[in-house]
Amino acid sequence: MSATTYGWLVLAFPLAGMLIITFGWRALPGRLPGWIATSAIFVAFLASIGALIDLLDHPEEERQLVDSLWTYAATAGFNVDLAILVDPLAVFMCLVVTGVSFLIHLYSVAYMGSDRGYARYFAYLNYFVFSMLLLVLAANFVILIIGWAFVGAASYLLISYWYRRATAVYAGIKAFVINVIGDVGLVVAAFLILDNVGSLDFLPVFEQAGDTFSTNDGTLVAACLLLLVGAFAKSAQLPLHTWLPDAMEGPTPVSALIHAATMVTAGVYLIARTHPLFELAPTAADIGAIIGLATLLFAGTVALAVTDLKRVIAYSTISQIGYMIMGVSIAAYGAGLFHLMTHAFFKALLFMGAGSVIGAMAGIQDMDRMGGFRRAMPFTFITFTVGALALAGFPLFAGFFSKDEIIAFELNRGGGYSVLGILGYVGAFLTAFYSFRMVFRVFYGDPVPEAVELEDGHIAHGEPMNPMTGEPEDTDVGFPGPEHHVAEREWPMKAAMGTLAALAIVGGSLSVPGLTDVIEKFLEPTFEDSRFHDTAPTDGAEILGLVVGGALSILGIGLAWWVYLRQPGTATRLRERLPRLHGFLVNKWYFDELYDALFARPAATAGAFSRRVIETDFVQGTIVGGATGVVRVGTSFARAIQTGYLRAYALLLLLGVAGLTLYFLLNSS
Amino acid sequence: MDVTWYLVLSAFVFAIGAAGVISRRNPLVVLLCLELMLNAGNLALVAFSRMHGGEAGQVFALIVMVIAACEVVIGLGIIVAMYRNRLPIDIDEMSELRG
Repeated sequence: MSATTYGWLVLAFPLAGMLIITFGWRALPGRLPGWIATSAIFVAFLASIGALIDLLDHPEEERQLVDSLWTYAATAGFNVDLAILVDPLAVFMCLVVTGVSFLIHLYSVAYMGSDRGYARYFAYLNYFVFSMLLLVLAANFVILIIGWAFVGAASYLLISYWYRRATAVYAGIKAFVINVIGDVGLVVAAFLILDNVGSLDFLPVFEQAGDTFSTNDGTLVAACLLLLVGAFAKSAQLPLHTWLPDAMEGPTPVSALIHAATMVTAGVYLIARTHPLFELAPTAADIGAIIGLATLLFAGTVALAVTDLKRVIAYSTISQIGYMIMGVSIAAYGAGLFHLMTHAFFKALLFMGAGSVIGAMAGIQDMDRMGGFRRAMPFTFITFTVGALALAGFPLFAGFFSKDEIIAFELNRGGGYSVLGILGYVGAFLTAFYSFRMVFRVFYGDPVPEAVELEDGHIAHGEPMNPMTGEPEDTDVGFPGPEHHVAEREWPMKAAMGTLAALAIVGGSLSVPGLTDVIEKFLEPTFEDSRFHDTAPTDGAEILGLVVGGALSILGIGLAWWVYLRQPGTATRLRERLPRLHGFLVNKWYFDELYDALFARPAATAGAFSRRVIETDFVQGTIVGGATGVVRVGTSFARAIQTGYLRAYALLLLLGVAGLTLYFLLNSS
Repeated sequence: MDVTWYLVLSAFVFAIGAAGVISRRNPLVVLLCLELMLNAGNLALVAFSRMHGGEAGQVFALIVMVIAACEVVIGLGIIVAMYRNRLPIDIDEMSELRG
């Protein structure tokens, strides 16, 4: 089979899994839907490996294969095919997406075991993975946009999966609305490209872009900025990031899926995929890099103060995606995508660990209520710590090699990019600190009652309540179900977490400076037209970057240890010393309030104005009221005649007949 | 005999009937007055028929009689229904059609 056939199979299996569960869920007992969905993704993963092997058989310059099933839309002089592009970038993304998604499915089989919407959950999950695979395999902008929109819809369905919980529904709507802003940017960008280049297929567009546009051509910069709007909305970058922390309303494995394998990496993929355009529009690329940097610093500071365990991880995702966006924007494609992969490993792992802890806490997500889970859940403790070490960039763990490679690229390009690099190191320090803030607060310290109970072998079963508002609620579906027994008690969860922990440890070895260069070598055919080949740092510079990054990481972890273990209470004292700063961070730099004041409230005011003045006064009062008034006045005479007395009618009849008779008599002569 | 006299008589009877319909409140009397008006019309029809020597007017007169019979059936039916429901036998009391 050729690589493209494997590509179609990669798409087919998740779709088939979704359809089987959707239409057959009544006939599927117990955990069967979960296993069907999991095996569908696993087969898709095998197909991705098949595509990889077949692609490696091709000579390097023939590794961009396009295959079309049929013509999707045909108009005069312009056709869109339902076509996939199988090239190293697409295969790389497929491997990451299907591989990590498979483990998340496996985890979900046990984690969602007590949920009443079990089959629905797995149908959504397969749909999500299918959408993401369609996005990364698309060979033209139309199919890309379709996959893009599917991903948005799937995220909406999964974020508001517990649809009886009002906050979850609002979070889903918020995610969907912000994603649609990005969709609009992407669609307009595709239109600009079609208008100027005359094609929407990736390969012809990239070939002709150089002839059509001069460097920094105004139209191209506009198109690239609009592409960035799309990328920022999906990847939760400033200023379109507000949906991602709220997306924590979904089940924890969904958070893992959104943050690690699918969805948020789409923006990084988009920039990498359209890199020939961004290289022709360096202004747009620089803006992307600066926003990536701003986002990573912003999210890093917020993660220092937020106490919701899942939200800390969410802000860490925003921050890490900032690194990736910065990387692919400055032409460090291999490094950015390498970080995407390692991040997928350790972020999925961290979410799974968090899910395990939340399960043990019977749904409570607040770190202030947690502590001392080290002995109660040794497996979760070890794997979570591995994930945190990888996230912090501790030497030899996965994040160590990938993150510092991006920064080394920036320092190597010099000039303003050095500033990006140095600030990137600040972000790395923050990352190390907040990663271990989580570890120390959740697993160390005095065991909370739930942890003690778990050590005795009992799992806490709390009252059903909303973890965001703390209000009791009757969600009927969802976690914490009355019979839930998560908290690392089941082997599928342990298997998924163990595999990811192993990957988070060894994943970095794929790209050790001076030793291995697997990722960049493999992605080479996609990025061979890059103009920035010579800006890649030398091995020596990369190793220096690694030393600095590793030192900062150890420093950050050490500081966290000092603040939370050595001198417990330091954090509280700091918070009391700097209440303004703490409030600023806890309220996420007041972004939600800003958007509320800028968009939500003016819209509500305009709505109230329309309701009061336009609807009530103008439409109801003037138009409708005026028409009825005219009719009422006009009919008052007719109503006066209708006395109801038979005699009066008879008289009128008689007078009428007499009048008519007189008329004809007078006219007849 | 000149047709004028027949017409004058017809007009008198019609006027008497019309006055009765307009002024009386007892539905029975109103029905009687309606009969008078119809028969005034019949008289005029027959007179004209005779004057012109055709039979169309006489046929019309027969049809009017049939209509009169129908009208009486319905009118008396309504009156009996009013009586059965213990409603006042007074057409001014039945003024629900007032606009």
